[in-house]
Amino acid sequence: MRAAAAVYSDVIRARWRRPGFRGELPGANAVAEDVNPLCGDRVRMTLAVEGGRVRAARFVGDSCAICTASADVLAEMVEGRSTAEAAALGARDVLDVLQADIRPTRMGCVTLPLAVLAAALDGR
Amino acid sequence: MRLDEQTRADFPVLERVVNGHPLVYLDSAASSQKPRVVIEAMSRYYERSHANVHRSIHTLGEEATELYEAARDRVQRFIGAGAREEVVLTRGTTDGINLVADAVGHTLAPGDEILITEMEHHSNIIPWQMAARGRGAVVRAVPVVGDGVLDLEAFERLLGPRTRVLALTHVSNVLGTVNPVADLCRRARRAGALSLVDGAQAAPHMPLDMSAMECDFYVFSGHKVLGPTGIGVLWGRREILERLEPTRGGGEMIKEVWIDRARWNDLPWRFEPGTPPIAEAVGLTAAIEYLEKLGMDRVREHEGRLAREAAAALAAIPGVTVYGPRPPADRAAVVSFTVAGLHPHDVAALLDAEGIAVRAGHHCAMPLMRRLGVVGTSRASFSVFNSQDDVARLASAVAALGSAL
Repeated sequence: MRAAAAVYSDVIRARWRRPGFRGELPGANAVAEDVNPLCGDRVRMTLAVEGGRVRAARFVGDSCAICTASADVLAEMVEGRSTAEAAALGARDVLDVLQADIRPTRMGCVTLPLAVLAAALDGR
Repeated sequence: MRLDEQTRADFPVLERVVNGHPLVYLDSAASSQKPRVVIEAMSRYYERSHANVHRSIHTLGEEATELYEAARDRVQRFIGAGAREEVVLTRGTTDGINLVADAVGHTLAPGDEILITEMEHHSNIIPWQMAARGRGAVVRAVPVVGDGVLDLEAFERLLGPRTRVLALTHVSNVLGTVNPVADLCRRARRAGALSLVDGAQAAPHMPLDMSAMECDFYVFSGHKVLGPTGIGVLWGRREILERLEPTRGGGEMIKEVWIDRARWNDLPWRFEPGTPPIAEAVGLTAAIEYLEKLGMDRVREHEGRLAREAAAALAAIPGVTVYGPRPPADRAAVVSFTVAGLHPHDVAALLDAEGIAVRAGHHCAMPLMRRLGVVGTSRASFSVFNSQDDVARLASAVAALGSAL
């Protein structure tokens, strides 16, 4: 299926096959979960925040390749950042890593983990 | 001649090339494509006859009114309704259900029950939740069992003296299940309940006859029967519609107005406030005439065969799960499936790269997705112009998905 390369970047495919940050974080103290109303995808993020910094982050979810890759990238990016820095991350930051041309209809797949992250940081 | 050979050239959109491939449109259950006669009828109307209806005493106004009311007559014949007064033109299936749920909702009392099913589209769930909310009424659902049919024993148990409304779909938009609606609606009536049938997926696919349907309300959308968006049909049994208090006000639905009160118009205009979708009514007439010319029995036979062939071809691919009733059970024009290791949205995106349009996700049927134990499915649906070639292209593209991601 040659056209798959055009739809899904190498980064998305690699992170979909082997996400490095999938899982539930034991002892997490910032947690949130939400769904994408368009497709029913569900993402849950668990963060360990210590002294205003994100020490560790993991995600679990029933989600497509783009959403999974986005959550995986985001979990990696927030680790070690201050909560303010983590909260300031946006879709552009994730897209820069994914290296994919995401169409508007799939942008919700990229932004769901961002919304969940914001809720997790907010809820603390 | 096969139906697809006869009709293919009538659909301009099928000339499109998508991502380097000739379009294979397998998403008619979401919205059907339009034959040229529909597009031309609407253009002609806008170019020659447009004016507001019912109140404009000039040539264009009279033409527009005639065309609009002709749509009602055409719908009446198409669905075997007893009288034109029973045909209310709405904005679509969702609009029709909301109209009925609003009106019936005002009559609900604490403890009243609304019986729906687990295979309903959200548009046949949410309006009933809203109608029940704040009135102490309860929404209950008939479970889906086996390979995607209603639990009829549970239906008997759930239907009781407190049931005020039975609201169920004629054809599942996910499973393709054809429900025994006439039988269930008859039983609902015996139990003293009103019944509404969501015909959104049935009207495009099979002959309809309201005189044999046994329900009190039947709703469907124009845009799924080869017609335009923005128009739909609510058929209601006359004596029931007469009793129903309108919940939407405006021009056209009244006879006389004072500052503090009004007298309602006759049926069906009582339920059609404001300027109606006139051009859309013209398009709907053209769409129904087109379908009638093909013959709804032929349409059902053609689409049903494609769905059965697609279900069999997909089920034969390793890692593919097909949902819905198996032969010899009746299956309408939709086939839902999942591919192991792939999310439905990714399946749809990968198929789109091959020029194949399918729907993916929860199909506005989250309770059913929970029952099936999936986050979503991919769904291929068929119309008059689809061919065995389309089924073959779908199957070969799905078979190649395994290594795609």
